[in-house]
Amino acid sequence: MGKYEVVIVGAGPAGLSAAIEAASSGCKVLIIDENSKPGGQLFKQIHKFFGSKEHRAGIRGINIGKQLLEEAERLQIEVWLDSEVCGIFDQHKIWVVKNKKKTILLEADRIILATGATENAVSFPGWHLPGVMGAGAAQTMINIHRVLPGTKVLMIGSGNVGIIVSYQLLQAGADVVAVVEGSPRLGGYGVHTAKIRRAGVPFYVSHTVAAAEGNGKVERAKIVQIDSSWKPVPGTEKELEVDTICIAAGLSPLTELAYLAGCEFTYTPVLGGHVPWHNSRMQTSLEHLYIAGDISGVEEASTAMEEGRMAGLQAAASLGYMNDGEKQEKEQEIQARLDDLRSGFFGEKRMNAKNIIFAAGGKQK
Amino acid sequence: MTCCNRCYYGVKIDGVPSIEELNASPGYPSSVVRNRPLAYIECVEEIPCNPCASACPQNAITLEKGLTSLPEINPDLCTGCGVCIAACPGLAIYVKAREYDQGLSSIMFPYEYYPLPEVGDEVDLVNRFGDEVCRGTVLSVKLSQKYDRTAVVKVSFPQAYFNEVVSMKRLPVKNM
Repeated sequence: MGKYEVVIVGAGPAGLSAAIEAASSGCKVLIIDENSKPGGQLFKQIHKFFGSKEHRAGIRGINIGKQLLEEAERLQIEVWLDSEVCGIFDQHKIWVVKNKKKTILLEADRIILATGATENAVSFPGWHLPGVMGAGAAQTMINIHRVLPGTKVLMIGSGNVGIIVSYQLLQAGADVVAVVEGSPRLGGYGVHTAKIRRAGVPFYVSHTVAAAEGNGKVERAKIVQIDSSWKPVPGTEKELEVDTICIAAGLSPLTELAYLAGCEFTYTPVLGGHVPWHNSRMQTSLEHLYIAGDISGVEEASTAMEEGRMAGLQAAASLGYMNDGEKQEKEQEIQARLDDLRSGFFGEKRMNAKNIIFAAGGKQK
Repeated sequence: MTCCNRCYYGVKIDGVPSIEELNASPGYPSSVVRNRPLAYIECVEEIPCNPCASACPQNAITLEKGLTSLPEINPDLCTGCGVCIAACPGLAIYVKAREYDQGLSSIMFPYEYYPLPEVGDEVDLVNRFGDEVCRGTVLSVKLSQKYDRTAVVKVSFPQAYFNEVVSMKRLPVKNM
């Protein structure tokens, strides 16, 4: 049985950052990812990130991904791709199907789950038609595979994902016919909404998609105004000629492995639903198991990277790779950067939700 | 009664800040009247972000209360050099000069669409809502390594539209 000091599941921004932190402290680290390329969603993020210099602000997500991969390579971190973790049991044992071929049992002193999140679906008449897809799927098509899913797009949802993908669809050469938002106020950052509005994209707040129609594929969408109890307002239906409907209705943390491992859970409506309970050091109710990134509550890549660093640091410290003084100093640096990212109008809600999780007081087993 | 004027409901409904929201923000120098170039920062929500301030060679942009506070422009220090335009991850900054030439104003704005305009091109200029307000002439298209693929386009246009213009209409994509 292969034995590692730290095994990390997920090679996205959180997992890579955790690996870099743990490996640079001296740990023997393995990262496992089910995809054929590392980087998670980072290589789809062609826009410049917010934050300060310490958070790599102003750098495009793709370039941050490249920086992380270079660091991981320099530290000679072992990465298994196309490999799926199917279970965690007996505390330290990890069952992996490597390269989609071979089943392998590993033992890890510390486990860090950085599995990310998955897109929420919205169902409506006609949602089965080709042309209806997650906003993330459209983003993968244009930014990874360079395929335009359609030329006239309706975006459902005005959070940052919906708005950023709308912008990137414009950049890829599509027209975004409209963005509809169920709530009476737009969700995403104003600078993002302003960017696509001045490109001529209209917003419909208090609206939702009523139906997708077409012969074997999306040819039209019907949108309708909704009242404060989300009921359609009669007589407000509008028909839009579109060939693509993208759904950006939020994300849910991918928590199955934590559940299988036996972690205690807590519910956080603001951050996407049921998440493993964890403390501010990203440790779960299982002493040797840490989480980082969207699995611990959906935020953004910048916070995921800092949480990854926190988890990697704690794993390394608990294995004796640094003294208390060093640990505390690094911990404070990371925490300060996290606090920065969770400040302001948007950040405070996330900060409060995180604090509620920390205070929920899961017991360590 | 018919209404032809656009109603402004603010950034969380229109997607773009209203004049009131801009006037209330420290990055939008609405009360400054001057002819030479000046940066206008349309940043009305507190998000943790400061590359504009780090980029400014004149220290004309500051964040008074740390990373999350709104950027503040000091018009006396701003030379209108435009370094902040490509530095802003939100593409929320442009530089306008009221009097670029006789009867003409100029604007420098970020542009991240292909194809890029070329010097001398006549382009449609738009307001915050994407409505075409006038035509303009492309004076320069800057792309440097530091800008990391955000082009900074400079266009001249009739002074009468100084207050309205914020960007240009996306050019049609070739070979679709």
